[in-house]
Amino acid sequence: MNNLELKKMANEVRKGIVTAVHSAKAGHPGGSLSAADIYTYLYFEEMNIDPQNPKMADRDRFVLSKGHTAPGLYSTLAHRGFFPVEDLVTLRKLGSHLQGHPCMQHTPGIDMSSGSLGQGISSAVGMALSAKLDGKDFRVYTLLGDGEIQEGQVWEASMFAGHRKLDNLVVIVDNNGLQIDGPVNEVCSPYPIDKKFEAFNFHVINIDAHDFDAIRAAFKEARETKGMPTAIIAHSVKGKGVSFMENNVSWHGTAPNDEQYEVAMADLNKIGEELVKEEA
Amino acid sequence: MADSTVKKIATRESYGNALVELGAENPDVVVLDADLAAATKTGVFKKAYPDRHIDCGIAECNMVGIAAGLATTGKIPFVSSFAMFAAGRAFEQVRNSVGYPHLNVKIGATHAGITVGEDGASHQCNEDIALMRTIPGMVVMCPADDIEAKAAVKAAAEYVGPVYMRFGRAACPVINDRPDYKFEIGKGTVVREGKDVTIVATGICVGNALEAADMLAAEGISAEVINICTIKPLDEELIIKSAKKTGKVVTAEEHSVIGGLGSAVCDALCKAYPVPVLKIGMQDVFGESGPAAALVEKYKLDGKGIFEQTKDFLK
Repeated sequence: MNNLELKKMANEVRKGIVTAVHSAKAGHPGGSLSAADIYTYLYFEEMNIDPQNPKMADRDRFVLSKGHTAPGLYSTLAHRGFFPVEDLVTLRKLGSHLQGHPCMQHTPGIDMSSGSLGQGISSAVGMALSAKLDGKDFRVYTLLGDGEIQEGQVWEASMFAGHRKLDNLVVIVDNNGLQIDGPVNEVCSPYPIDKKFEAFNFHVINIDAHDFDAIRAAFKEARETKGMPTAIIAHSVKGKGVSFMENNVSWHGTAPNDEQYEVAMADLNKIGEELVKEEA
Repeated sequence: MADSTVKKIATRESYGNALVELGAENPDVVVLDADLAAATKTGVFKKAYPDRHIDCGIAECNMVGIAAGLATTGKIPFVSSFAMFAAGRAFEQVRNSVGYPHLNVKIGATHAGITVGEDGASHQCNEDIALMRTIPGMVVMCPADDIEAKAAVKAAAEYVGPVYMRFGRAACPVINDRPDYKFEIGKGTVVREGKDVTIVATGICVGNALEAADMLAAEGISAEVINICTIKPLDEELIIKSAKKTGKVVTAEEHSVIGGLGSAVCDALCKAYPVPVLKIGMQDVFGESGPAAALVEKYKLDGKGIFEQTKDFLK
């Protein structure tokens, strides 16, 4: 996909996020929207996956370590064809395969159950290690929140990944700067994030999380990096794309009401129209 | 059992030895440790299959997560550490990264209970059975001797799903060395028949319960002894059948009386055939430093302790 196609798809993914969370009357829109471009790039451009064969043996793997932003992953998987887009409105409802946090047993395309922060990165490391043990060339991607990296287990996993030189592992930190209790640097600062991963023997790349040229270049660079894992610090805007949610911590884990939903969808429709004009 | 010719071996040794055999049979078997390979006795596996032994350093939570990731790709990871850290420190990782997705991870927890000995209460885990049996879908096993421990490890490898195995540090007598011995997950064994009281035991307490049964017999009390290796799923049928025969049940375990074998047995009996039950185990207390045998005696988990408590219970 070219950048314009990616932008259009990411905008559809964002509409799916807003629709799902509105329907559920609960969920985490802020961190889903901030990572929507990353999700879109991974599933539409970067990863070797097959929506018709979600358990394909040597597929690339993705672990959503910041599992509360499942609506972003679900919307991406649905638009990629793993399951119907219509399923998104069943998010968090009784009997739905779309659980509040990712569940690998129920949802096609989910490679690992997650949601308890700090744990997903360890299982991603285990997958990357498995590929190395068997001499396979599949790659493993995991997305973490910038608040999540306050969990000690993240650094246990990072120490191991650096030590084992897992160059088939890409850790992405969605650095939107906000966690439930406020700005990350006020709650318990994780900064400098890049220098921490460097100290754990990662190759580190800082990017604008909403610039597809930068995203493309970073994943290419990760692929070309040998002998060490890569950490991509993706500087993002929480709530990206929805005017009243952007950089507003109160949208970390709150669903829009009907009125707010209309405004949010109008914002995203406007972005969509501009992208069509750009195409013309 | 006081016979000095009885062979003694710690079940953690059995764990390591069984892993070496499994390693030869199945290339998907991998073993993980958290800087305790020398103590968990997986060192023999490491020597035989260095590429399939993963030392994760002193980071048990990450180790469990790595095992979960390995299992998603078809590996059969055996995670090894002391029970305190495998079931205690990493409880939530076991619950959420292994139990919830029902991944094929095997947890080999050594140094369980007070027979850790001199290291003291900080390392004597008397809560692991309770913790592990609350996780849906988790198989929980506590072998009584070398033969049962090796059989349990093999059975765990064949079973698809999460399994917790509890092993001890101290050498214990081999009691299952007989030609017709066979092992099945979820099946208990009547190791001595009796009619006055049923003693349901697990781990090192099985051998000790057999000693107690000898002492009870000398006083005219006929005790039936049941060896329960698999605490979950529990062989309820066998226990209820015996309770119907004897009318009184004693449970014996090197674990807290809260949430362990005793609780599991009570759960089974209270819904089907309620009888008086005496729970022998750690009575809601922490252990302490000391030689393993002295601790087992002090906390009344040895043959004499089980004998005396059972006798009092029957009065």
